[in-house]
Amino acid sequence: MSDITSLTLTELVKNIKDKKISSEETTKAFIERGEKSRDLNVYITEDFSNALAKARSFDEKPNFDLKLPGVPMAVKDLFCTDGVKTTAGSKILNNFIPPYESTVTQNIWNEGAVLLGKLNCDEFAMGSSNETSFFGNVQSPIAKGLVPGGSSGGSASALAANLTPITIGTDTGGSIRQPASFTGTVGLKPTYGSCSRYGIVAFASSLDQAGPMSKDVKDCALLQEIISTYDDKDSTSVDFKRNEYSKELTNNIKGKKIGIPKEYRVDGMPKEIEDLWTKGIEYAKDCGAVIVQISLPHTNYALPTYYIVAPAEASSNLARYDGVKYGFRSKGENLIDMYEKTRSEGFGAEVQRRIMIGTYVLSSGYYDAYYLKAQKVRKLIKNDFDEAYKKVDAILTPSTPSAAFKIGEKTNDPVSMYLNDIFTVPVNLAGLPAISIPAGVDAKGYPLGLQIIGKAFDEQNILNIAYAMEEKISFKNKITEWWIK
Amino acid sequence: MTIDLKTIKHISKLSRISVDDAKADKLVGDLNSIFDFIEKLNELNTDNIEPLTSVAETTLKLRTDEVKSKNIRDQILKNSPEENEDFFVVPRVVE
Repeated sequence: MSDITSLTLTELVKNIKDKKISSEETTKAFIERGEKSRDLNVYITEDFSNALAKARSFDEKPNFDLKLPGVPMAVKDLFCTDGVKTTAGSKILNNFIPPYESTVTQNIWNEGAVLLGKLNCDEFAMGSSNETSFFGNVQSPIAKGLVPGGSSGGSASALAANLTPITIGTDTGGSIRQPASFTGTVGLKPTYGSCSRYGIVAFASSLDQAGPMSKDVKDCALLQEIISTYDDKDSTSVDFKRNEYSKELTNNIKGKKIGIPKEYRVDGMPKEIEDLWTKGIEYAKDCGAVIVQISLPHTNYALPTYYIVAPAEASSNLARYDGVKYGFRSKGENLIDMYEKTRSEGFGAEVQRRIMIGTYVLSSGYYDAYYLKAQKVRKLIKNDFDEAYKKVDAILTPSTPSAAFKIGEKTNDPVSMYLNDIFTVPVNLAGLPAISIPAGVDAKGYPLGLQIIGKAFDEQNILNIAYAMEEKISFKNKITEWWIK
Repeated sequence: MTIDLKTIKHISKLSRISVDDAKADKLVGDLNSIFDFIEKLNELNTDNIEPLTSVAETTLKLRTDEVKSKNIRDQILKNSPEENEDFFVVPRVVE
């Protein structure tokens, strides 16, 4: 057997079920590798000793009927974990210990998995490079000094560096798919309402979704079937028939109609992204899919819409951080002064910027001009997809407009940072599922991803297309382990 | 449109985030470049378009109002920034 940490989740589960390895051995292997990999800065909180204890207790009374029997797993630090510090990458939650568990993580533990620790992310998931975290930036295992993408940057790095066999992130405008694309891994943003938002630190409630990040599509399907459950603790959770995605996974996508939206051919798109997309279209054809040219005319308006809707919702959600009941508190001369200093010292620059944008677009006199306008354009963007899906079963695009960039390269220009999400944001605005799969590399050898967007609640279909294409692409991540101590 | 220093101070008050002059100056630059980018929406006529408030086209469910969580009073109070076993403590609000 090859090294435990390099196995896919599916292989790992099989080995544990076949009693070739124990949960303790497996957990130890990931802990040891984690300890040698601290230069990547993926962990905000390591929960290693508890993980070992839980693994041992699994081995004492194993239940091999579970889907994740004794499998260790690290998760993004945006998920509340009962009794384990949850920071959302922010100073303002630096000492917060949730007295409850998020539904998504509870679903994972219910299947026998063991928490390894909490993974770094952009502060309140606001960022595309994991550089806004209070706990410092994350290094990509792909190359030293490279961003892993964001906001689920710690999750992507940990996965690509074999520090966790699989993981979960959250995606509000691309925060699962963009880091997956930057690190040569697979990331799925499920349909809005598919995975419960209960216990996930809120950013923009009409856009936030949790989803799996994995080494391959099969693993992704398996985790999706575990985390996607109807939950009456989330009032926007949708009660629909959920598939056993991994069991129903097939690479037979013959005759599936895949749309190519001409508006995604944006000005100044690097040639390597064009080429990747063209190659992707060929792969889809090789798999028996039928390619259809489509139009999503309001694509160019998605980012401006997002940068009204998301900050507006964030400014409202983050109003709760006032230094009163939990989290960081600064000293003030009076209550108002305490609020203002707490929020000024507790939030980082990007979060403050977004709260202020959101406050402004919701403020008296500007609500109609900005927020209402954005909600109307959001409707047009959703209508575009509804029209397209009369003709096609799924849509194929690049995941990002470029490969990963250097740490510090875009921090001084918020708009150029926001442009990273140009292909992912429309999907959140329309509430659709989309998956990013690794499909090639740029001139420097950095990974590039392709995105497959589906109809609402049609995760099975995009997983199948991704599964079929993955086989044709046969991407191999080249990682030199430069960070290992 | 441009966002000036006065507007920044006003937003800072509304959002309960104190900003000093240096920070306010930086925010003027950042927010103006972001709003320049957002202004693109004005190219579109949206007169007869219904605003989209939620993509999940479900009516919100009603449920009975009953306590389901366990008694976690102590854990909740433990997260309080100023220690006190019974209350959340804030600066004096009544003279």
